Amino acid sequence: MAQAIPAGQKWWSGGKSPFNVEYGKLMMWYFLMSDAFTFGAFLISYGSIRFATNGWPDPNEVFKAFPFVPESIHLPLVFVSLMTFILIMSSVTMVLAVAAGHRNDQKGVTKWMIPTIIGGLAFLSCQAWEWTHLHGEGAWWGLNPFLNADGTKATTNFTNFFFTITGFHGFHVFSGVIINIIMLIKNLRGDFAKRGHYLMIEKAGLYWHFVDLVWVFVFTCFYLL
Amino acid sequence: MSNEATLHGHGEVITTHDVHHDDHDVHHHKETFITKYVFSQDHKMIAKQFLITGMVWAILGGLMSVLFRLQLGYPDATFPWLEDILGKWAKGGKIQPEFYYALVTMHGTVLVFFVLTGGLSGTFANFLIPLQIGARDMASPMLNMLSYWFFWGASVVMISSLFVETGPASGGWTSYPPLSALGDASEGSKTGMDLWLIAMALFVVSSLLGGLNYISTILNMRTKGMSMTRLPLTIWALFFTAVLGVLSFPVLLSGFILLLFDRHGGTSFYLSDIFLTETNKALPNEGGSAILYQHLFWFLGHPEVYIIILPAMGLVSEVMSVNARKPIFGYMAMVGSLFAIAILAFLVWAHHMFVTGLNPFLGSVFVLLTLLIAVPSAIKVFNWLTTLWRGNIRFTPAMLFAIGFVSMFISGGLTGIFLGNSTLDIHLHDTYFVIAHFHIVMGVSGILGMFCGIYHWFPKMYGRYLNNTMAYIHFWVTFAGAYLIFWPMHYEGLAGMPRRYLDYSNWISFNQFGDLNRFISVVAMVVFAVQLLFIFNFFYSIFKGRKVISQNPWQSNTLEWTAPIRPGHGNWPGEIPEVYRWPYDYAKDGRDFIPQTEPIGGNESKH
Repeated sequence: MAQAIPAGQKWWSGGKSPFNVEYGKLMMWYFLMSDAFTFGAFLISYGSIRFATNGWPDPNEVFKAFPFVPESIHLPLVFVSLMTFILIMSSVTMVLAVAAGHRNDQKGVTKWMIPTIIGGLAFLSCQAWEWTHLHGEGAWWGLNPFLNADGTKATTNFTNFFFTITGFHGFHVFSGVIINIIMLIKNLRGDFAKRGHYLMIEKAGLYWHFVDLVWVFVFTCFYLL
Repeated sequence: MSNEATLHGHGEVITTHDVHHDDHDVHHHKETFITKYVFSQDHKMIAKQFLITGMVWAILGGLMSVLFRLQLGYPDATFPWLEDILGKWAKGGKIQPEFYYALVTMHGTVLVFFVLTGGLSGTFANFLIPLQIGARDMASPMLNMLSYWFFWGASVVMISSLFVETGPASGGWTSYPPLSALGDASEGSKTGMDLWLIAMALFVVSSLLGGLNYISTILNMRTKGMSMTRLPLTIWALFFTAVLGVLSFPVLLSGFILLLFDRHGGTSFYLSDIFLTETNKALPNEGGSAILYQHLFWFLGHPEVYIIILPAMGLVSEVMSVNARKPIFGYMAMVGSLFAIAILAFLVWAHHMFVTGLNPFLGSVFVLLTLLIAVPSAIKVFNWLTTLWRGNIRFTPAMLFAIGFVSMFISGGLTGIFLGNSTLDIHLHDTYFVIAHFHIVMGVSGILGMFCGIYHWFPKMYGRYLNNTMAYIHFWVTFAGAYLIFWPMHYEGLAGMPRRYLDYSNWISFNQFGDLNRFISVVAMVVFAVQLLFIFNFFYSIFKGRKVISQNPWQSNTLEWTAPIRPGHGNWPGEIPEVYRWPYDYAKDGRDFIPQTEPIGGNESKH
């Protein structure tokens, strides 16, 4: 929040937060850094195993189905693009919710938190469909029905990593939806209005954007490369 | 503006939000036994909970080492009483090989994580951060409490694994796959391994909650005037420790999740088509890499040793300055070297993996980065020595432990230079030389640093002193004993004696060390007995120790000694003191010490 900051303010001299943030936001930032290392470790593991393996399935061949569309029609990466679009849109509505919070606009926060939650749920539903579909094709942890791009038999690590990492991300989205629902309830009860600020919405927003950002990397690693 | 009003909300909304406690009702909390001693949110009580849990662990972990030293010192003897206690694990009065592996595994896990991480950081970060920076409590007392209870949960799960029929984890504290991934490969890789992983996951959560709290408290909650360069070195050390923990433990967690999938999900992250003697079959897995686990493990594992040693360094720096009655030598160099160590901690992990088949060219990079750590370490050692130089030293028990720490850190650090060279490591890897190195530089140094902290801050914790006679006996036996135990191991290691073996008497080349092993075992038992004396001293003194009557018994400058002798929740009645100077104004302008709360005088010299 913009505020008049006296020139020559000594930020680090104690008695105040050097970043002008309350502790919760600072903790959230450090938590996100920590979580980035968790995902980083997963993705680097994925990268190193994939690099050390002779062949890998072609994502265009694996991810080509779309709900209610016959199997014969191939729509490579269309469904995952839709998922990504949904998640990014829910980040946009989250930005609007945070902005409404800055204006102390209780109704506005409610208005934008609802589509954010719906977006999160929609993403999770899409992921559930995709997992079910892949499972129907015989894919699971330890089972990989897909051939390498060059037609040779693949190791199971394609599906192992896919389910582990997208599952871990999905778990994060799920937690985010729960957090957002709690925030919505608190907002409806007028907790933030009483408190006079909507910092909790901002912190939930930070987490939500992070989950979104991680998806960009997960998406790139599993669907594009 | 009061500390909590500024910091528990955005700067501009000071008046409207709920602070968790304010100045006036700090001392009138209605406290029940449960809220005061069990689910306490007071950082001082949480610190004591960590300390006492850590001490219980230390005794258990130490006892394990006594048991396996018994085997190593007396490989031919039988001890029927062992069978009475341990049952099938000591059939016929001899420690069984599986149990021996479980003992060394649990000894390592317990001491590294539950004593020297949970016990050390948990105690002193919780106790000292709010008191030394001038805050009423941690940024989030709630998360702080949870941090302890996750630690407690991890402890319960880890202890329960000792009572599983197939025994606790026994694949070494590093739990390398494929051994740790395959229940068929060993008894300890069955249920014990799962419990080990669950306990460690809970431990990671505890450490994360604690670490986030330590970082945001140090950054946000310093009292007026307490700029970063006026922080005591304890706080700087605990700050970098927390950062290391927050950034490295998650990587370990990722590694553990993959390991759990390999164990139960049929995946091949770490497993490939290897042949298993136990089942006489080849594994169906394909494409995994056991080395991957080692990378993930040591990305935590190496910072972990600094998570252990940095708090000890911080405690020692503070205690040494107070008891040498001299300013710490090179304050900024001390901070800078802590920072350098924290950075390098993330860049050297593969020096644990020189003999895994790592590309030698990559190895040479890690050799260089590893040896670079000698620079900040040496800076710290010289600064401690120059702090002692011509000091007016008070040989309190805490000071003795601080000096003991420096001695151990030098001795153990020098052998690190041997091991950091990938070529020498080919010969020394997995020998007793390594055991000697890391026990001296990390284990003994860490525990001496912890004792130094306990002896120094016990009066602040409990309002009483520890008994000095017992303390001196404790110090000298522990210090001399540690050298007597670990120094000879260098010779064994140079002769090629490998670690983790049950019995060396079958090898002619290691037969010669039979007497030496017996000697080490005897000393280990004596040292263990002396730790029991310390435990007695600790609990006896809580209730019967000499009472502290002066608010500032060590004539120290830091803020914790401006609080009442037995501070309540909130630490200071009335306003939090303001800070005007750094914490090391000892022997300045003819004055013995000048507390941080004293404003700079008109004709005071610069420090």
